[in-house]
Amino acid sequence: MSKGVARSTAEPQGVSRWWLRGHSLLVFVFFYAPIVVLFVFSFNDSNAVGNWKGFTLGWYEAFLDNQNVHESIWISVKVCLFSTVIAVVLGTASALALERFRWWGQKAFDAVLYLPIIIPDVTMAVMMLVFFGETAHLFNVIPGVDLSSGLEKLVLSHVAFNISFVSVVVRARLANLDASMEEAAADLYANRWQAFRRVTLPQIMPGVLGGALLAITISLDDVVVSSFVAAVGATPISVYVFGMLRKGVSPLVNSVSVVMLTASISLVLASLVFSRATGSEREERLKT
Amino acid sequence: MRAFALLGVISVLAVGCGSDEEEASAFKQCAFGETDGDLAFFNWSEYMDPDLITAFQDEFGVSVIEDFYPSNEEMFAKVEHGESGYDMIIPSDYMISILISEAMIQPVQAAAVPNRTNISDKFSDPPFDPGSTYTSAYQWGTTGVGVDLGVTGDVPQTWGLLFDADLAEKYGLDGAITLLDDPRETVGAALKYLGYSLNSTSADELAEAEAVIADAVSRVAAFDSDQYSELIVSGETIVGHGYSGNFLWDFEEGESEYTYFVPDEGGTIWVDGMAVLVDAPHPCTAFAFMNFLLDAHNGAQLTNFNWYASPNGAAEEFIDQEVLDNQIIYPSDETMKRLEFIEDTGDFEIEFTDALTRARG
Amino acid sequence: MSVAAPPDEAQALDGPSELATPGLERQAERAKARQGFLLGLPAILYLLVFFVIPLGVVVAYSFATRTRSGRTELRDWNLNAYARLGDDIVLTVAWRSLWVAALTTVICLLLAYPLAYFISTRSAVTRNLLLVGIMIPFWSNFLIRTYAWRVLLDSDGLVTQMVQATGLGDGRILFTTNAVILGLVYGYLPFMVLPLYAAIERIDWSLVEGARDLYANGWGAFRRVVWPLSKPGVVAGSILVFVPSFGAYVTPAILGGNKEGLLGSYIVLQFLSARNGPVGSAVSVVVLVVMLLGTLLYFRAGGKNL
Repeated sequence: MSKGVARSTAEPQGVSRWWLRGHSLLVFVFFYAPIVVLFVFSFNDSNAVGNWKGFTLGWYEAFLDNQNVHESIWISVKVCLFSTVIAVVLGTASALALERFRWWGQKAFDAVLYLPIIIPDVTMAVMMLVFFGETAHLFNVIPGVDLSSGLEKLVLSHVAFNISFVSVVVRARLANLDASMEEAAADLYANRWQAFRRVTLPQIMPGVLGGALLAITISLDDVVVSSFVAAVGATPISVYVFGMLRKGVSPLVNSVSVVMLTASISLVLASLVFSRATGSEREERLKT
Repeated sequence: MRAFALLGVISVLAVGCGSDEEEASAFKQCAFGETDGDLAFFNWSEYMDPDLITAFQDEFGVSVIEDFYPSNEEMFAKVEHGESGYDMIIPSDYMISILISEAMIQPVQAAAVPNRTNISDKFSDPPFDPGSTYTSAYQWGTTGVGVDLGVTGDVPQTWGLLFDADLAEKYGLDGAITLLDDPRETVGAALKYLGYSLNSTSADELAEAEAVIADAVSRVAAFDSDQYSELIVSGETIVGHGYSGNFLWDFEEGESEYTYFVPDEGGTIWVDGMAVLVDAPHPCTAFAFMNFLLDAHNGAQLTNFNWYASPNGAAEEFIDQEVLDNQIIYPSDETMKRLEFIEDTGDFEIEFTDALTRARG
Repeated sequence: MSVAAPPDEAQALDGPSELATPGLERQAERAKARQGFLLGLPAILYLLVFFVIPLGVVVAYSFATRTRSGRTELRDWNLNAYARLGDDIVLTVAWRSLWVAALTTVICLLLAYPLAYFISTRSAVTRNLLLVGIMIPFWSNFLIRTYAWRVLLDSDGLVTQMVQATGLGDGRILFTTNAVILGLVYGYLPFMVLPLYAAIERIDWSLVEGARDLYANGWGAFRRVVWPLSKPGVVAGSILVFVPSFGAYVTPAILGGNKEGLLGSYIVLQFLSARNGPVGSAVSVVVLVVMLLGTLLYFRAGGKNL
């Protein structure tokens, strides 16, 4: 990137230099302070949040005892898994279709694919509420399908907005790839499927996994669409916590929050470590 | 032969595609104590005793799935399209009229709910559901004002505490007030404050009420139907607009001195009822649950739990004496005279919601 | 600035092309087009059924009739809902949302730019560490991060106590628009930092060094070299912050006291409280159209490289 010139030439001199450092430090403090506070006060032995009254694990016990929270977490995990798998498959396929092929209607599809990204989640929630409201009875006619209870509506909605996110990430990865490898495979008379499986797929894998991680995060984060669309007995954890939050601040919410934060942070760190490990592994293999 | 088959198919299709506006006998008939699967129960939060749920599950061998809503309107939004998957809901009086007029709830089956006779006369033939055909009363209570007396000292018992700028200044209530996130209740409170009926269908009176609320909004911390009492107890707010039982519950936890009252100008008496949706997947279990809750002992247990008043005459002897004596839960006759039921105002109904929406902005 | 695009043939996967006649080549192209279409078909169908049609239903709702009990019926099409969009309250709410979103975006830009710049001047190891440091809040649950501010701004909360201690005021910012802006900035700041960093990181530093030689001070170099080159990142980041802020619902609900001052809350209110599907749908449609137009225009203005 730097074409032989050290990055540090870009660093300002003198006073600006320290101002830049100070500012950056403050922003990091801004990022982490609330998280740290949540963490600390989840151990606070008091009903109120704000004044420290002593250390306790009681709120985590309450979290472990709370059946509703467990069910909600389980629902979220299931919705997340199902919708991510479907979104990754459909999103990767659409990314390939758009980047590696040329066909009629492509531009229109491209445009439609961007809509779920820019649409406000309130509008999306309204769309799904109204859509399922008008058509659920039609879907229920299909034997075995019952949208009135369970995860179906949630999964269907989450896939609807996640396809686009996966697609964008995979496309970015595809665009940066050198297609000459694929052409080489074709020269060697590999058919398209073999070329895909042995050349393209391994190369886009980081993009696919990145897209999957993004889909998982968005799915877990989602509150508005899920609360409008949730069916009987299928309340995901985000909606449940949102309901709890509307009833006010409480240390139980804090302990649930800390658990959720820890889970998502661990997931990110794990994927970073994983991608670093497989990345270097692949580089090794390519060198030989 | 084929003609007959065709006729058969056509008639089956015609019946199958027919609408729900058929007579009550078209509903699945339930025997006493019959259940047909797990119960999907949609209720207000903190309104049902978990022990009663467990007892029902044990006695009938079914599970109960509970989901919660903070207002009638939100419940309506979830069930209005049909096939929501819920069996039983707990709508309030005026919402019951709406549900009946939209044919969304089914008549109560006397055979499956013999305990209906336990409901006291006062609640067995309400104006919003004549003869209690479609619902059975659940709990009743009042809506009023909760105050942290530790902060304010003695206060006049008026809606002005929520709306009046002078009183807000006098007691330091600026930014420490909450109003219910409920069109009929909040606009109704403003109407009562102005001396009108809370069922007024006069556009002028409504406009005045809207102005009162709009003026108060700058002093209001939040429109909240969930945490009005918790906010007072935690010290975030000083006065709140809310339901009797909820206030009592949370004031128990607090460290200051609190009070709840129905203002002198008058207020709401409301009744919530148990209703079974027309497309309930498990209506028989729902009626069994309804019957279960109308039992004298269970009705009393419910009141002893959520500190709202019971419409169940037979339950009275089992309710804790201190609950019966509590004037907040069971208001004195004098207070009762100042109370009005919220009634469906027909075509005018939508004006209340619009007025509140405009006032909030 | 970008590397020249590879020649077109590199994209083709037809296999050796020397053997193909024009006819065969056209056939091969059509076959390839078909394959591409089929590959994309499942996603196309899915989005058609579960995105485009729902959008269509909402548009239909915006022209539908609201019954006296608050249900929406698809008959007697009318423009009543759109007429309501001219109401004072809607305009007030829309204007306030625009203002809040713009303010949030600007504050995020001011906070994020120096940080992104700082990170890109670090060594590789430090850079990665700092980026991970930003990723963590980015990937953490948005709801929880917003709630964290609810805790801090509570009357007992640490921030409130601190503000009171410094005598800057009574510290009661909870349930005001300022609290909402604070929450939005906190929530969406990573969305601004990352694209900015991506753009700044790509800048050829030799240009900066040259600029230094020419302008003799760092500020000139910044204004004429770095800033213009980082524009794509600014555009991307701004869109990523403005769009969700404009239609925000969760943050105002938790930090703003549910006072319906903003569009997201207003739309939800129409469905869950006011029982007015047509108006809620009309506002949703208008918001979507505005976002679309805004995004398109901004893209054109700021360049296409993300």
